[in-house]
Amino acid sequence: MKTPGKMLPKIIGFIFRKPVTVRYPKERLTPPATLRGKMKFHLDRCISCGLCARDCPSGACTMHEIEAKKRPVFDLDYCTFCAQCAESCPKDAIEMTAEFELAHYKKGEAIVK
Amino acid sequence: MGYVKLPIGPQHPALKEPENFTITLDGERVVNVDIRIGYIHRGIEKLMETRTYTQNLYLVERICGICSYAHVYNFTQNVEEILGLQIPKRAEYIRTLFLELERLHSHFLWLGVAGHEIGFDTLFMYTWQDREVVQDLLEMISGNRVNYAMNAIGGVRRDVSQEHRKKVLESMDYLEKRAEFYKNVAINEKTILARAENVGILKPQVALRLTAVGPTARASGISVDIRKDDPYASYLDTPFEVITTDTNDVLGRVVVRVLEIVESIKIIRYLMEHLPEGDILKKAPRKIPEGESISHTEAPRGEDIHYLHSNGTEKPDRYKVRTPTLANLPATAEMLKETYLADVPIIVAAIDPCMGCMDRVLLLKDGQEKPGELISGEQLRRYGIKWYAERGWNA
Repeated sequence: MKTPGKMLPKIIGFIFRKPVTVRYPKERLTPPATLRGKMKFHLDRCISCGLCARDCPSGACTMHEIEAKKRPVFDLDYCTFCAQCAESCPKDAIEMTAEFELAHYKKGEAIVK
Repeated sequence: MGYVKLPIGPQHPALKEPENFTITLDGERVVNVDIRIGYIHRGIEKLMETRTYTQNLYLVERICGICSYAHVYNFTQNVEEILGLQIPKRAEYIRTLFLELERLHSHFLWLGVAGHEIGFDTLFMYTWQDREVVQDLLEMISGNRVNYAMNAIGGVRRDVSQEHRKKVLESMDYLEKRAEFYKNVAINEKTILARAENVGILKPQVALRLTAVGPTARASGISVDIRKDDPYASYLDTPFEVITTDTNDVLGRVVVRVLEIVESIKIIRYLMEHLPEGDILKKAPRKIPEGESISHTEAPRGEDIHYLHSNGTEKPDRYKVRTPTLANLPATAEMLKETYLADVPIIVAAIDPCMGCMDRVLLLKDGQEKPGELISGEQLRRYGIKWYAERGWNA
């Protein structure tokens, strides 16, 4: 059957359908539980081993000496959100949250300590 | 009438990525095609030599935006081969699931792009809507839509839970119905037939001679599929068929891809129903012993080959990638001959080109065949300033 109207019923059906998109930011879709968003750092668990900085593929995680303790500082401008740091950490001091709205105006504003 | 040389690209509305096709035209008819690549070389292979294997996991994924998982699978397979590491069965199944989900979304995407190229944007909207279903599954399991960061050396990083399994199976039911619909559309819809039938002919002997791979070769009746020829991951366990057609044209490439969607759905169903229990990750050492390994997989676009040479340190000594588009380009030049200019975009799109992944260093020689010269970045900067100054432009 070589008819041009093969898709016509589908097209008419779309008139009565609800849109797939939602009116962001008034309505929001819930992100999946597995989402890798902004990380959370637990200073009390950190043992200053530096494995997170060593494994970071994009140079977002670097070790700094702050208040007499070597600890990682995360610059989200460089971060690819692969969560390798959280995986490498032997003490589970880094945790990935579902926070993904990280837009900001200037470089260096999104830093997690 | 004399011949007209028409340069298409590097920047052209008909192209999605920068490459150059210099087409010699006799009226509307294409006489000869000269393809020039090398506009988006990114130096990933060289960059990989400066990074550890763990860091490279995320770099290698970024070779391609669509078949990212095929690349990272090849990389981990190479490293595990040198280490002699046998990964857990469950991890192997999850890897295969991702390879197939990726093929699904890539083929849906391609079907939309092909529709767009022939001016059939309705199809584009439809397929991309269905592609979202696959993307949602990928996001649900891995947390990301594109670069899944799923593999680790020695297994996978995230497990597939019972709910995930249920959701995947539900989505497969929906996608199977859609695939049947597209099969019907591809074979019967006048808009597609008029633009795709007997366009971009690639005869089987020519395809073999010019090393065509993937769906391009299979549409010319050549049964090449690495999943069957040299089974990796868990393809040995999974029942599926290699799809071929013998029409040798663009329509054949559409049909092969649509039928491959159906096969992929079959494979995913099997994997989800037979998912073995157990660990998903084995611990791997940081230092990889000296050795070399080569790995090839069937990426959505065809055979993807990776080569690794390690020197006993934490970083690879040499890494080489050959993506399927590079293998398909000589065949594309052949397909374009004796067609009409208006068919050029769809013929190029029919190999599902991914120029960004394919680009390698290109050595240009001038007419006198002068040998090339190696200069440093600083020299190049000075040369640039001089070049602009000579023309009276302020750099």
